[in-house]
Amino acid sequence: MALLAVEDLRTHFATGSGVVRAVDGVSFEVERGEVLGLVGESGCGKSVTSLSIMRLVPAPGRVVGGRIRLSDEDLLDKDAEAMRRVRGARIAMVFQEPMTSLNPVFTIGDQIAAAVLAHAGGSRRAAWERAVDMLDRVQVPSPRERARDYPHQLSGGLRQRAMIALALAPGPELLIADEPTTALDVTIQAQILDLLRRLQAERGMAVLLITHDLGVVAELCHRVAIIYAGRIVEMAPVASIFGAPLHPYTRGLLRCLPHPSRFGQPLSSIEGAPPDLREARAGCPFAPRCPHVLPDCRREEPAFVERRPGHFVACPVVTA
Amino acid sequence: MSVVASDAAIPLAAPSRRRVSFRAVFGLSVLLLLGGAAVLAPQLAPWEPGKQMLLKRLRPPVWQARGLREHPLGTDHLGRDILSRILYGGRISLGVGLTAVTLAALIGVSLGLCAGFFGGRTDAFIMRVVDVFLAIPYILLAMGVVFALGPSLLNVILVMGATRWVQFARIVRADVLSIREREFVAGARARGNRPLRVLLRHVLPNALTPIIVVATLELAFMIIYESALSFLGLGVQPPTPTWGWMLSDGRNYLANAWWLATFPGLAIMLTVLAVNLLGDWLRDTLDPRLKV
Repeated sequence: MALLAVEDLRTHFATGSGVVRAVDGVSFEVERGEVLGLVGESGCGKSVTSLSIMRLVPAPGRVVGGRIRLSDEDLLDKDAEAMRRVRGARIAMVFQEPMTSLNPVFTIGDQIAAAVLAHAGGSRRAAWERAVDMLDRVQVPSPRERARDYPHQLSGGLRQRAMIALALAPGPELLIADEPTTALDVTIQAQILDLLRRLQAERGMAVLLITHDLGVVAELCHRVAIIYAGRIVEMAPVASIFGAPLHPYTRGLLRCLPHPSRFGQPLSSIEGAPPDLREARAGCPFAPRCPHVLPDCRREEPAFVERRPGHFVACPVVTA
Repeated sequence: MSVVASDAAIPLAAPSRRRVSFRAVFGLSVLLLLGGAAVLAPQLAPWEPGKQMLLKRLRPPVWQARGLREHPLGTDHLGRDILSRILYGGRISLGVGLTAVTLAALIGVSLGLCAGFFGGRTDAFIMRVVDVFLAIPYILLAMGVVFALGPSLLNVILVMGATRWVQFARIVRADVLSIREREFVAGARARGNRPLRVLLRHVLPNALTPIIVVATLELAFMIIYESALSFLGLGVQPPTPTWGWMLSDGRNYLANAWWLATFPGLAIMLTVLAVNLLGDWLRDTLDPRLKV
């Protein structure tokens, strides 16, 4: 059985100007030890999906439908206290911005030790030693000294390593990494991705990687889900997505990447903008921007079908 | 609060040696001196603070003509020794000021934290109460309450704390509103921390700087406030000396006996200066970003 199973998740925001359907029928599974990439552009519902799994959707947002199962427990059925015990201990999260995701008034060792104490108990000294050990594992040089540093004394890369150490200290089964490398420069990105891959393999931990960067996906993921306007439009093993993308949106995304074979040509982009999520949906959300749109696309929502083994797509146009 | 205290005790870095700050040394030594003098007033004071010696009325300090050696800072219009009265007055003024500020901070910070962190109706309710307190002149409120309860030291402290918590609540709420949106707060919740723990360990320490600044300013204000209440006959009752009372009493003689108001005034000024310097230093020290 899958470690995490999200079924038909719907998270809506009741705003003054209408209901924003930020996540509107998202389903996917993450197996134990698997890295699933959740890819999409800004505002497509990636982060809201991850916050829904943690049950930390900020008001006025609310999960209005669907199921989220971790192993065999339904997270949406849990009371606040039971859910609190899941957070951190079983599902951990790493955020995008290493500048602001650590508490500025405590040393990083102190913060990691506090997380260890909260989840494992034991003595303060033992927790501190564990914090130093965690910093060592995320390859922070001279961890014993760095543990006594405040976040502002560290570089962005070191801060993100500390953040990862903090998330992994309680030994979670699932790590949700929300754009973990977006705020870092390219060389540091590569190091952090490398670290994540190594830790993931070492611990057999499942990772839900949320990103808009297809390069990061290619580095780290086993499978990829492409999300558009609050729905998953294509899901496939990473080689299949890059080798033979089926959905027009995925193809468009891949064409946007610079490639040596297209040297000298202008970078392409997808015409138009994502739909207004406040409007009632009818048909395929990508239809207004789709170059291959059929009359049916605007009327009924395309079914999510398996076109190749393990390769699902919500598009009737593509004949694989 | 025990949550915070226990967490802070996690073996932190051995305190790095920092340059000794002039502000800290000056502020702390002046405060210790004034505080010590107030505590030891019965041993230090050359005279009973209430002892009237009408033959030695309005004598100037010792270094002026007509000054007497047994009254180094002179005597007031009833022939009471100014130095002794300042020493004894410090006990009331400092004690009342400190306890009143602590009380105001406790009320204001807790309400401000709740208002800012929980938002919604809690916020609306607390802030409307704040508005009501701001709308009523605090002296008027204090007068009413003291009048009803009767003027005693405890009542004065309670009234001062209960009318000046508003500053703390407003400042803390405003700060919490921005702090709670920062990612480390979301991160703390994502690590399974209880809301109260998030509030006390992650939000409160980040809001400490303005609290300290307001507290130092309020301490100065409280000393004046107490004197105002005393002046209106609602505070500590004469003949118990307080700095504020001496100040307002000496006002009438300012033209021909400057020492009556000047020395208690200096005591207030020194206290306020020392507290502000100390608060300044404390703020810089507690903020790790300024500690490099």
